[in-house]
Amino acid sequence: MKVSYYPGCSLHATAKEYDQSVKAVSAALGIELKEVEDWSCCGATAAHSTNYKLSVALPARDLISAEKDAMDVMVPCAACFNRFKSAQHQLKEDPELKKEIEKVVGKPYNGSVAVRNPIDIYANDIGLDTLKSKVKKPLKGLKPVAYYGCLLLRPPEVCQFDDFENPVLLDKMMTAIGAEPKQWSYKTDCCGGSLSISRTAIVKKMADKFMTMAREADANCIVVACPLCMANLEMRASANVRIPVFYFTELIGIAMGLQGPRDWLKMHNIDAAPLMSGLGLL
Amino acid sequence: MTQFLQEVNDRIGGVPIQRCYHCRKCTAGCPMASEMEYNPNKIIKMIQMGMKNEVLNSSAIWLCASCETCISRCPNNVDIARMMDVLREMAIENGISIPQKNVLDLHKAFLASIRMFGRVNEPIMLAHYKLLSKDFFSDLDMGLSMFLKGKISIISPKTKDMASVKKIFRDTKQS
Repeated sequence: MKVSYYPGCSLHATAKEYDQSVKAVSAALGIELKEVEDWSCCGATAAHSTNYKLSVALPARDLISAEKDAMDVMVPCAACFNRFKSAQHQLKEDPELKKEIEKVVGKPYNGSVAVRNPIDIYANDIGLDTLKSKVKKPLKGLKPVAYYGCLLLRPPEVCQFDDFENPVLLDKMMTAIGAEPKQWSYKTDCCGGSLSISRTAIVKKMADKFMTMAREADANCIVVACPLCMANLEMRASANVRIPVFYFTELIGIAMGLQGPRDWLKMHNIDAAPLMSGLGLL
Repeated sequence: MTQFLQEVNDRIGGVPIQRCYHCRKCTAGCPMASEMEYNPNKIIKMIQMGMKNEVLNSSAIWLCASCETCISRCPNNVDIARMMDVLREMAIENGISIPQKNVLDLHKAFLASIRMFGRVNEPIMLAHYKLLSKDFFSDLDMGLSMFLKGKISIISPKTKDMASVKKIFRDTKQS
């Protein structure tokens, strides 16, 4: 299959390993990616916190650009995914706003492309059975807790993605690649998001709580699908409670025996090498 | 008193917040409630009571992390997450001196980067934030570590059609 690809700012910077592993895994699963032409930032929290119209117009510019290719748009970053889904929802519900935004962007918006996260595409289009059949090195001994965070799931009528209180797709994917996902109660809790830089102390407390509770659930790592969750867990958690954090695509890449995982893991702030080599997975 | 309530409702453009029957599910699930001087339920009650100054001057509206747990769980579909956005917009428009200035400074630096490059250039955005917030010394070790891992590049590709991005900023009146 072929899809449009919107990396967003994070995947070109602090989440490079997410970008590289999404590309490697997608290629190995037979998904061809075509980057959205001349994309711009989705506006993130900064736009919707301060200027409603700007927060719709910025993603609308990218959606309109993607409409030229008329394919589903893969959006790996949970924050961009949420802004795209919200803009689509608002433009659909409010015809007046749509007219105004089309004027601001200078082009018509058709609402004709579907915005999708790679979790959804891998699990529902490729399928967990196919994924399982491509595993060369099952991740035996790896016990992740799946941390979905906020922006993939909420609000549910906008995101339309898995169960918003007890999502299971990441857990199922982890089982398919031979890991043993652990259950915990913090799957959909907030990591503190953009307050990480401006109100660091609050976010530090939150990150420590997640690390402590993951350990209590007998997990030896955390698996995420959001650059913000990754940054907050990795950079803000105290040294004495830290366990490694992975993007789900990195773990799939390791299980499929792809080239690249060593380079991806080198970019992590919490060294994952001792865990992975201890389990004979790297 | 009704003016404030009416304005908030109009700007949310959804279910009127009088629909709230104060079950406090929003507040029970709010990850930031313990840091706020008025929790989300109190903010709703205060809007219902017309306490515009107290609400728009509060830290609470800037500590909301926009996690959307409140709107997802509200039995009456009151869009509290959007309400928080509306209150922040109103605080800015009313020229209020924001008690959580750092939070707004980060948003400003973030948007300035988009306006300049179409995308967020992290080193420039963070340098700008430090100038605005005068918080010069935090996170320098983190920045250095990311730089050494090749995650931060001083020059990053920008959007080519910057005229269209600048038009968006101009036409939505984002200064």
